[in-house]
Amino acid sequence: MRTGTRLVAALAAIALGLAFVLPLWSITLEAPQYPEGIGMRIYVNTIAGATPHDLQNINGLNHYVGMARIEPDSFAELRWMPWILGGLIVLGLTVAVTGSRKLLVTWAAVFALAAVAGLVDFYRWEYEYGHNLSPTAAIKVPGLAYQPPLIGSRKLLNFEAHSWPATGGWIAITAFGVIAIAAVAELRSRRNVPRLAAPVDAVRGNGGPAVARQRVSREAGGVERRAQPAARS
Amino acid sequence: MKTQSKRTVIVAVTAAAVLGTLAYACRTGGAGAGGVPSDVALAVYVAPGQQDEFYAFFSGGFSGNLTVHGLPSGRLLKTVPVFSQFPENGWGYAEETKAMFNTSFGFIPWDDSHHPELSQTDGVPDGRWLFINANNTPRVARIDLTKFETEEILQIPNSAGNHGSPFITPNSEYIVAATRFSVPIPNRDVGIESFADDFKGTLTFIRANQPGEMRIAFQILVPGYNYDLAHAGKGPSDGWAFFTSYNSEQAHTLLEVNASQKDKDFIAAVNWKRAEECVAQGLGSAMPAEYAHNVLGEDRLARSEMLTSVTVLEAPTCTDMVYFLPTPKSPHGVDVDPTGEYIVAGGKLATVIPVHSFSKMVVAIANKEFEETIDGIPVLKYESVMAGEVQNPGLGPLHTEFDGRGNAYTTAFISSEIVKWRLGTWDVVDRIPVYYSVGHLSIPGGDSRQPWGKYLIALNKITKDRYLPTGPELAQAAQLIDISGDKMRLLLDFPTMGEPHYGQALPASIIKDRQVKMFALEDNRNPNAALGEDRAGVERKGNAVHVKMTAIRTHFNPDNIEGIRVGDTVFFHVTNLEQDWDIPHGFAAMGAQNAELLIMPGETRTLVWVPKRAGIYPFYCTDFCSALHQEMQGYARVSPAGSSVALRWGTGGTWNTATPVANDGN
Repeated sequence: MRTGTRLVAALAAIALGLAFVLPLWSITLEAPQYPEGIGMRIYVNTIAGATPHDLQNINGLNHYVGMARIEPDSFAELRWMPWILGGLIVLGLTVAVTGSRKLLVTWAAVFALAAVAGLVDFYRWEYEYGHNLSPTAAIKVPGLAYQPPLIGSRKLLNFEAHSWPATGGWIAITAFGVIAIAAVAELRSRRNVPRLAAPVDAVRGNGGPAVARQRVSREAGGVERRAQPAARS
Repeated sequence: MKTQSKRTVIVAVTAAAVLGTLAYACRTGGAGAGGVPSDVALAVYVAPGQQDEFYAFFSGGFSGNLTVHGLPSGRLLKTVPVFSQFPENGWGYAEETKAMFNTSFGFIPWDDSHHPELSQTDGVPDGRWLFINANNTPRVARIDLTKFETEEILQIPNSAGNHGSPFITPNSEYIVAATRFSVPIPNRDVGIESFADDFKGTLTFIRANQPGEMRIAFQILVPGYNYDLAHAGKGPSDGWAFFTSYNSEQAHTLLEVNASQKDKDFIAAVNWKRAEECVAQGLGSAMPAEYAHNVLGEDRLARSEMLTSVTVLEAPTCTDMVYFLPTPKSPHGVDVDPTGEYIVAGGKLATVIPVHSFSKMVVAIANKEFEETIDGIPVLKYESVMAGEVQNPGLGPLHTEFDGRGNAYTTAFISSEIVKWRLGTWDVVDRIPVYYSVGHLSIPGGDSRQPWGKYLIALNKITKDRYLPTGPELAQAAQLIDISGDKMRLLLDFPTMGEPHYGQALPASIIKDRQVKMFALEDNRNPNAALGEDRAGVERKGNAVHVKMTAIRTHFNPDNIEGIRVGDTVFFHVTNLEQDWDIPHGFAAMGAQNAELLIMPGETRTLVWVPKRAGIYPFYCTDFCSALHQEMQGYARVSPAGSSVALRWGTGGTWNTATPVANDGN
């Protein structure tokens, strides 16, 4: 593995550490009566209001339409999500230390899996809260559910609900993007080793001959660098 | 030929357009209704959703309270109750607030508030607090400007008619208070005709910069005149305070004639740093006195203490402390310019505005240029201290403020105008009529070291035909005047509450971002709070029934109460559980003989209710709180005296009979 990739892996793992303290996801509600917005932030281990009392106020407002109270302690996910995040960081650091290409690919795959699982779980909860309404609610609108969007914005009665990744989420997404690109690049460079003789055709469709020539030379350098540790071992 | 005709057409059209525009401009820029150019509308228009540039605080005069307006719009933003009970929100009725009204005369439900005064740092309004006086039963109050709420009231002993207060020193060391009526000190049963022998005035210095601990630092005993208004020195004159007096004739009856005979009365110049030295040297005497000090604490409970002594200084024993500056004809206002050099008097019956010079006064004192000595107080020679006289200032000059650009603005009550003149040359440079009979005027920071000299507010005593008539009692009013240019421009009339006696204003940016939005429920230390619906409940203690009730959108808990009997006194302790901005709840019960409650988020307030007859009594939320506000209601059942109906309560159909667990402070 190239030193650059190992550095990238180390940085991505360290950056992921910020996701322990920064919110991953943000749901913000805006209404005529709440021009300043009212919102909640999903952290790796809890759910909190955007301001200290927002969660209480969201629960207070939700009771009019019969939604269940959002109680952070009732989410089992919030107990084991920090362990998954920790695991991803450890895995990332291991990749950086060992330089194992296989581990890098595994890391990217596990990360992707965790992200998909997280989003699916998030959607499931949103559906649950939006549809499981008290039959004695003061406000009942036939056919209307109060499920916030997974990502994006949606009008729910007088509220416009916005659901977007928050700072920690964006860091995680960026980290994943970088890891994925690194993994793909590493995979490609390995594939390209025995095909040094005829790389131009392989990339012509992409960038033309000039680009292709650059890639050839870079990959050639890569081969040299890779050769060194092998010689030492 | 063709080209030329085209050019002619262009010239003609252009000329028409220019002329048309000019004609339109003349029309719109010219005088509109009431002599006011119609383009002033833009100068005061604050578009919907936009906020004003200044907060203005007007005393309510005989309403006893304070109103807050925005400038330049003149919009009324709030009434802050101070010295008068306010059934609208329960101030002085809610048990937690009653102690604010305690005095040595007992519970006083009303007063007459005249002069709001913003706290200052380095001679500039800092937006921490606003002080205001009570005239009738002498007191001063401190209002916190993060909550717009009265937090502290101190009674002033040895005073009667606390008009000359609460004017502040440049770093809020003291607010001063001068007694309007001289009285026997200590007050006692004497013949009124013994005025000249037994009646004295006091000038009181109140420590102002320690919230919750306002104290009378010292009182200075002065001759038995009427003391009227005051202002502290600043810059070179920092350390001094100036008080006007009238009735040096010492009349005790028909003052309008008997107190208007002498050509000159006095401004008392007090060296308060010297007074501090005298106190430190033990030259003051401790005089027994009884006066109340009331504080609304951090726990939002008002408490009273009765203080029993005051330190009194007298001129003969503390020399070099007080001097009299002779000042023409019953001076009213005394105003110190931003540089601290000029002391402007409003000789209300004088034909000139006399201006004293602080530096000349210092020299005159050093040279002992005295006319005479009254009760140990040297009277300086008028010519020795006079800086100049403003000639032809209008009739009945009362008060002066400054724009920081070398201009002074004086109100003329009788000729109903504001006169602008130059400091130093004493030339009148502009005048503008006001409608009608202006008393005080106010420029934001206009009595401070750094005026924001953009607007001037005239505070008028009479409105006559200015507004739609409303029977015998008409609106009192303020008028907004643009003073940013060479000529004053009248911009706006707006009615005010009570008598808008005096006002102070400051840029909104100084305080608007420091506003308290709610009280944290976890900090609620009210012993009768129910800090959660599971803490709500009812308890009988003899004939007292204590209801610890919660309010949250959109129900009370409990909202059904049974087992109250005729002869009981019911205490509704209502805790607003909301922790959301702008969601107060109200509480009103049928037949309540006091008021309602407005309870801010996180706060607990208590209303006492004594039902007189058996029956069902509804109670409800009075502050429209949510879509289901009309559902926020409940019933109290009152049974005859001696009835065996059990005490029980609940919300949502579940009845409770057990006393709830006491709050453990969580």
